[in-house]
Amino acid sequence: MKRIFLILSLVLLSASAYAKEAAPVAADEAVEKRMVAISDEMRCLVCQNESLSGSRAELAQDLRREIRTLIKQGKSDQEIMDFMVSRYGDFVRYRPPMNASTYLLWFGPFLLLVGAIVALVVYLRRRGGRVEETEASLLSAEERRQAENLMKQSGDKQ
Amino acid sequence: MKRFLIPLGLFFVLVGFLAWGLKPGYDPREIPSPLVGKPAPLFELPQLMQPEKKFSPADMKGKVWLLNVWASWCVSCRAEHPLLVSFAQQGNLPIVGLSYKEVRGGDNFKVPEIETAQSKAAELALGLQRAETWLRQHGNPYTLSVMDIDGRVGIDYGVYGVPETFLIDKNGVIRFKQSGPVTREVFDEKILPKVKELEKS
Amino acid sequence: MIPELGHFAIILALLVAVVQGVLPLLGAHRNDSAWIGLARPAAQAQWLLLLIAFGCLTYAFIANDFSVQYVAEHSNSQLPTVYRIAAVWGGHEGSLLLWVLLLASWTLAVSLLSRALPEVMVARVIGVLGLVSCGMLLFILLTSSPFERLLDIPQDGRDLNPLLQDPGLVIHPPMLYMGYVGFSVAFAFAIAALLSGSLDATWARWSRPWTLAAWIFLTLGIGLGSWWAYYELGWGGWWFWDPVENASFMPWLFGTALIHSLAVTEKRGAFKNWTVLLAIGAFSLSLLGTFLVRSGVLTSVHAFATDPRRGIFILTFLVLVIGSSLLLFAWRAPKVGLGGRFALMSRETLLLMNNVLLVVACGSVLLGTLYPLIIDALGLGKISVGPPYFQAVFVPLMIPLLFLIAVGPTARWKQASVGDMTVRLRIAFAIALAAGIGLPFILGSWTPLVGLGVLLAIWICVSAIVQIRERFQKSGNPPPAFWGMQLAHLGIAVFVIGVTLVKGYETEKDVRMAPDDTVEVGGYTIRLLGVKDAMGPNYRASVGDLELSKDGKLLRTLHPEKRAYFSSAMPMTEAAIDTGFTRDVYVSLGEPVGVEDGSGAWSVRVHHKPFVDWIWGGCLLMALGGLVAASDRRYRLQSRFSAGIPSALKGATS
Repeated sequence: MKRIFLILSLVLLSASAYAKEAAPVAADEAVEKRMVAISDEMRCLVCQNESLSGSRAELAQDLRREIRTLIKQGKSDQEIMDFMVSRYGDFVRYRPPMNASTYLLWFGPFLLLVGAIVALVVYLRRRGGRVEETEASLLSAEERRQAENLMKQSGDKQ
Repeated sequence: MKRFLIPLGLFFVLVGFLAWGLKPGYDPREIPSPLVGKPAPLFELPQLMQPEKKFSPADMKGKVWLLNVWASWCVSCRAEHPLLVSFAQQGNLPIVGLSYKEVRGGDNFKVPEIETAQSKAAELALGLQRAETWLRQHGNPYTLSVMDIDGRVGIDYGVYGVPETFLIDKNGVIRFKQSGPVTREVFDEKILPKVKELEKS
Repeated sequence: MIPELGHFAIILALLVAVVQGVLPLLGAHRNDSAWIGLARPAAQAQWLLLLIAFGCLTYAFIANDFSVQYVAEHSNSQLPTVYRIAAVWGGHEGSLLLWVLLLASWTLAVSLLSRALPEVMVARVIGVLGLVSCGMLLFILLTSSPFERLLDIPQDGRDLNPLLQDPGLVIHPPMLYMGYVGFSVAFAFAIAALLSGSLDATWARWSRPWTLAAWIFLTLGIGLGSWWAYYELGWGGWWFWDPVENASFMPWLFGTALIHSLAVTEKRGAFKNWTVLLAIGAFSLSLLGTFLVRSGVLTSVHAFATDPRRGIFILTFLVLVIGSSLLLFAWRAPKVGLGGRFALMSRETLLLMNNVLLVVACGSVLLGTLYPLIIDALGLGKISVGPPYFQAVFVPLMIPLLFLIAVGPTARWKQASVGDMTVRLRIAFAIALAAGIGLPFILGSWTPLVGLGVLLAIWICVSAIVQIRERFQKSGNPPPAFWGMQLAHLGIAVFVIGVTLVKGYETEKDVRMAPDDTVEVGGYTIRLLGVKDAMGPNYRASVGDLELSKDGKLLRTLHPEKRAYFSSAMPMTEAAIDTGFTRDVYVSLGEPVGVEDGSGAWSVRVHHKPFVDWIWGGCLLMALGGLVAASDRRYRLQSRFSAGIPSALKGATS
């Protein structure tokens, strides 16, 4: 048993001694990381429902190469985004720009939330008042009699 | 009580937008070009028939012209090509062809990891040969054609699918863009009226 | 002959659906017991007819009958049998047939499991479901028959989209549709209650198990879809905020709100109008999803082949179904009673708050999904709304919701005291806070997102323990509904852990590997032995052979594949995943990059994804919680209780 283990570990050791660490596909990993971060925010124009970073379409590959080139030229993320938008329009941005036509998109959900909470509180306050009214009026009618009956019954049992 | 009608009202607003989306000819995949109304990006590329000569959009100053992006591997180009040929025969206006990624766009051509002057020259030579053969077979509507072998100029023009056609005015400003094949209707209803208008000015 | 039989069965089913949709409703209105009695047999007959139609289509697929256009377009003689069956719902027409078959199955279930309900109510519910079925069957017959024949019979079929040739996709659509369509039952109960004018606790009690059942299926369906995307699309993502995903997520959000709102309506008789509106809304969103996927107004990954006629038909159907329901609501709602009294701070209010957050979240998903269309319609240009937007908007909306999950169940009905709850939960919060601050350091590094996620998840868990302890001290063994709730909430916590930890700590590497090369990711070593060619039934594959080891110990071999289906130009990536309780190691093959130099190297992408399976584990726990809650015997008690409820509770008018 021990011997098998020894041989096995020797084999493994020798194997790992020969194996070499695989090289990254990208020539420059820092550039690659930035390229992925930028292209994650962009829509592939050919398949349209993939991000530029995830798409295998040929144009996507070209554009990724272009972004790499721009990064190496020292362009900022914003400049690269502008480069793409000036050619393909806002359609290319997965994160729509903030402007007059997208205020509703960006603030709508939070306005909706605030509005809904305000409406909720107003409704609950009003509702409290109305429930009291209706309960009072109902109790005065039939419920009071029922309640009295119940009390009488429980009194009888004792 | 009116407030109980609010959901119905919201629903009908929603239906309005959805119905608009169903109008004939609406295609959510179509992307309008931000370049319309802007100067056509400049480039300098070798010409197809005379690769030693370069062409630049600046050469067309004072003319209204079409820039047609095409490739021999592009199937829908074949569909629009006869139309371009007959249009060119009428001699309305010059059409410049932009041969887009003739080699690497087509079959399984692998771009070498490190491009050398040699590999580029080889690719260009192959591209010239393929493009020329194709034009000989299908007719040549272009006053001249240029080779965008690596698709760099295509990126500047926001090309995302071949064929694409740009209408450029006398001052070099893009006035109209058609993504996908040009049809008879597009020609008669969109391009020709614009051309007339632009030539007057 | 068989396809014609199927077509004929659909026509007959439509006729039966008309009977089922009209006579019982009229009968209920006029109190005609003969017409009321038609509801059950009609529902059962319709189910049988649709089963026959579905069987005919399945037969056409198994027998490779390429004279049927739908079969020719979605199957191939080389396709393995199990995928031929799955191909029945692999396209627009067949999936629609599955839709109506499932609708008929839900109706059948109602007809069989509703012995305790008043006949009039059953007639109305089945009638409403019959009307919905009429619309969908007409849709199939007029625009999308799967039995259309081809004059030119092709030699072979075009094959099923390779992406769909996967075990996950065999069960994902039926699950999802069961959920979608299942909300039709809650919808039908709501409409029936509106028609009868008696929206009371009994109605809520009847609706609850049905809503839960549909919600369970939808939860599983969405979870399966996400899991499928994770292992099949080959780059390790699990949710993309695609319109199609959103279309299934929106009814889920509404359905979740509905489950909570039904609890209040049943226990306290409050929010009846709101609950009805949610029931209508959940099913409306299911129908809207059907429209979005099949009309082509939005671009999506898996949109069906589009045809404007279909879009117009569904939109008309939507207007009829949703429009008339909302009109009925506007007419009846003002007369509905208010229900019991409760203070501003009470469990009722907190549940309503949960509803507000879920509905607002759903509203923002809807807004984001439709915004490109809205902007385009207003002539303001073309924009894309993608994952970065949804993450930016959706996550902040979920934080208060997650916080409230732990608080809500500790609040008392009618009147809760903030001070009392603070005392009961302060230790839980202290533990959660400590975990949120400390745990990320143990796992690697602290980031605000991970800290917050851990805090909220632990907060939910510890609060659940507090609740369970208190419950045992108070009243002994709690009912299944209580355990179901705890399980589902625990599922949310598990899900949150999965999402935040994988987002916070995942690592990936793109490497170029020649045989014998190793790559290290997350403490694991992966060694490429080689890549060999293999043949599948309808594809050719390159199969990688890799060893996964940790600290020199071999764990297992992994075999990612790159497949070229004969029918499709796009190569398919089949990732190899070593699934573990606390992490996945995910390997996918890229391209051969060593052809030129003869090294046999491939580009390989490896991911280390900590806790990623907790995402789907959480979904599973949620579904399980739903199942436990639905098993509560209270829901199956006779309706006799309804008579005994004091009139003050349900009779109050506004």
